[in-house]
Amino acid sequence: MPASVIFVTVVIAVIGWWLLQQRLTAKPWLEEGVIGEFDGTGSIALPVAKVALWVLIAVIGSLFGLLISAYFMRMGYPDWRPIIVPRMLWFNTGALALTSVALYGAQRAVDRRQLNDVKARLVLAGFFGVTFVAGQLWVWHELTAAGNLIATNPADSFFYLVTGLHGLHVLGGLIALAWTADRAWRRFAPDKLRLNVELSAIYWHFMLVVWLILFSLVTGLADDFGTICRQLLT
Amino acid sequence: MVDVTRGALEGIPAAEVPDVELYHPHSWIEKYVFSQDAKYIAIQYAITALAIGLVALVLSWLIRLQLGFPGTFSFIDAHAYYQFITMHGMIMVIYLLTALFLGGFGNYLIPLMVGARDMVFPFVNMLSYWVYLLAVLVLVASFFFPGGPTGAGWTLYPPQAISAGTPGQEGGIILMLVSLLIFIVGFTMGGLNYVVTVLQGRARGMTLMRLPLTVWGIFTATVLALLAFPALFVAIIMMLLDKILGTSFFMPAIVSMGEQTAHRGGSPILFQHLFWFFGHPEVYIVALPAFGIVSDLIATHARRNIFGYRMMVWAIVAIGGLSFVVWAHHMYVSGMNPYFGFFFATTTLIIAVPTAIKVYNWVLTLWRGNIHLNTPMLFALGFIITFVNGGLSGLFLGNVVVDVPLSDTMFVVAHFHMVMGIAPIMVIFGAIYHWYPKITGRMMSELLGKFHFWVTFLGAYAIFFPLHYIGLQGVPRRYHELGDAAFIPPNVATLNQFVTVAALIVGFAQMVFLYNLITSIWRGKPSGGNPWRATTLEWQTEETPPSHGNWGKDLPVVYRWAYDYSVPGAKEDFIPQNQMSATETGVRS
Repeated sequence: MPASVIFVTVVIAVIGWWLLQQRLTAKPWLEEGVIGEFDGTGSIALPVAKVALWVLIAVIGSLFGLLISAYFMRMGYPDWRPIIVPRMLWFNTGALALTSVALYGAQRAVDRRQLNDVKARLVLAGFFGVTFVAGQLWVWHELTAAGNLIATNPADSFFYLVTGLHGLHVLGGLIALAWTADRAWRRFAPDKLRLNVELSAIYWHFMLVVWLILFSLVTGLADDFGTICRQLLT
Repeated sequence: MVDVTRGALEGIPAAEVPDVELYHPHSWIEKYVFSQDAKYIAIQYAITALAIGLVALVLSWLIRLQLGFPGTFSFIDAHAYYQFITMHGMIMVIYLLTALFLGGFGNYLIPLMVGARDMVFPFVNMLSYWVYLLAVLVLVASFFFPGGPTGAGWTLYPPQAISAGTPGQEGGIILMLVSLLIFIVGFTMGGLNYVVTVLQGRARGMTLMRLPLTVWGIFTATVLALLAFPALFVAIIMMLLDKILGTSFFMPAIVSMGEQTAHRGGSPILFQHLFWFFGHPEVYIVALPAFGIVSDLIATHARRNIFGYRMMVWAIVAIGGLSFVVWAHHMYVSGMNPYFGFFFATTTLIIAVPTAIKVYNWVLTLWRGNIHLNTPMLFALGFIITFVNGGLSGLFLGNVVVDVPLSDTMFVVAHFHMVMGIAPIMVIFGAIYHWYPKITGRMMSELLGKFHFWVTFLGAYAIFFPLHYIGLQGVPRRYHELGDAAFIPPNVATLNQFVTVAALIVGFAQMVFLYNLITSIWRGKPSGGNPWRATTLEWQTEETPPSHGNWGKDLPVVYRWAYDYSVPGAKEDFIPQNQMSATETGVRS
């Protein structure tokens, strides 16, 4: 559970930092009168959808933080047999990273107001994103063929669980990307497109970060951290 | 109070929150059924939650009938009994309390209290309700599934939850898990709305420190729920995989019904960690909205500003943060490292500090207040007393050495029913009596309301005080029949009969409440817009009940905090938040 506690602590720290800007020490019973005399009146200077996305990211982060906690706890049991990770996984990681890069490019192109570049980069991002999902399915296929079924060993169970849940969230990202593409082609509106591209980019960067952590988990790069977490618990 | 100089009206800067374009319904169905108006969604949530809560109430009668008069009712066999306690617990905690506080009161009050026209994402808000309804229907379906609903206990501990021999392990448990998954998805949609509306939808002048405590409570509880429900989500997916695909996340190697199961090496303790990482914040998901609402009820009906508003806000935030580091106090008997238990006992006792601050502040708000003992106030007072009682037995159970002998006894049942059963329900009732005039435009009957209060309040004590004693005698919970055990004194059986009779009477009082709730829609006397003479924005709407869009042409502008009651020199004993000057003339003596 330490991993989850760390995650929740980070979220609470962000909330706490934000609250501190909101003049929680104000004495509202003395502050009467016109707006503008007092700070912290208005809302956050971000679009509503962007705030919602960050809240959603905190929720999804909590989900994966807990999965990782469970992974570390279960890993310590003697029957855990680490999977030999298919090489394909490295390729998939590259594809997901390229999705992020393409979306970063799309964001820059929106800033430069070059619609054709935006479109090209959105297509590229979609291509790499689909490649990632297809690649993950191929990895599942390879593992199944090698006899690593979901119930074979807890390490296998966890591999399918974390990649499956991450994959579902990536599919959500693809839907968002399709929505953005729709904005770029059919229902073009510069301001909305700009926001859509930005939100898609943030979500996909987040998916990449989550994946890199999960990747270090399944490839055994994070084993030492897991050992520390377990020792805290027992 | 110090006099404050006010700037000129012309000084108002441009709106930080631009007025929104509202979605307008095109047909009857869009207006009343698939409504995107938070007020309708709130009522839909509340009706659904109360309806499923009624099922849980009937289940509690059946449980009590068996405990009071074992063997008398042949249809309550051991299987049925376990199914009843499981469904009673799960429905009450998740489908009634969580849904009613956040989906019901959250939806109704947040936009009105912060001065918004609606939630920020009305469509997602509508989806949230229908997904919740689906979760409830899936849950209800398990009653009609072969083998019946699950009897695993509301904590759903593996391995027994999905092992042969547990009632409902064929399909009931799967439906329960799926229903919870659906509930969490639906809640996340609603929760995003509540949080972002509070952050982004506030009217001009509504600083965070001017928010009514109700909004603070619901807001913080929603943040907790958004971070804690994923723990339940993860645990449920893993348990479903264990059940359906034969993985061993939680299932150890066991011999079941004389046969070695295919599972091996799973960790039931892992489930307990995940479950309580959700389960403990869940207590505060229910308690924090109650804290907030009760603060507003007390301030309004005692005609006094809330004592220590800042402290109340800080306490809500502190409780929210601390609630994430106390989960393992539910697991003292799971064989954990004693130092680990020591850590969690300490955090548990620390959380008593902000909680106690809140209780003191409620009491100090009442001190020399002009207390109106109407139904909402009676329920608020009932809450304070009940919450203190339940909280004190929590201090017992929070200590490892006291908890170990009391673990899984009726004492625990009595404790959590007082602190997160009766206490929040008191607030729900008080809040319904309080906001009913705004929702329907009519008052509920005071006479029936007081009858409802006294029977419920005294009845709840008649039920749960004896249970503390029975628990201290070592009587375990979750036993279908006690049989002849040497350590159980004979008066336990008599007490159990008494408790059962009390439970039936309290149940009857709830029918009176329902009668009052329904008939007051047309029989209640018209209330006008602000019958309690309250300061918060929801009472200042042009129409009662508020129309679509809540406010007329212009959004309200907020000039003061939510608790300007009995301000010296003011014309009335309350000053609405959107009123600029204390006296009509704008000069304050």
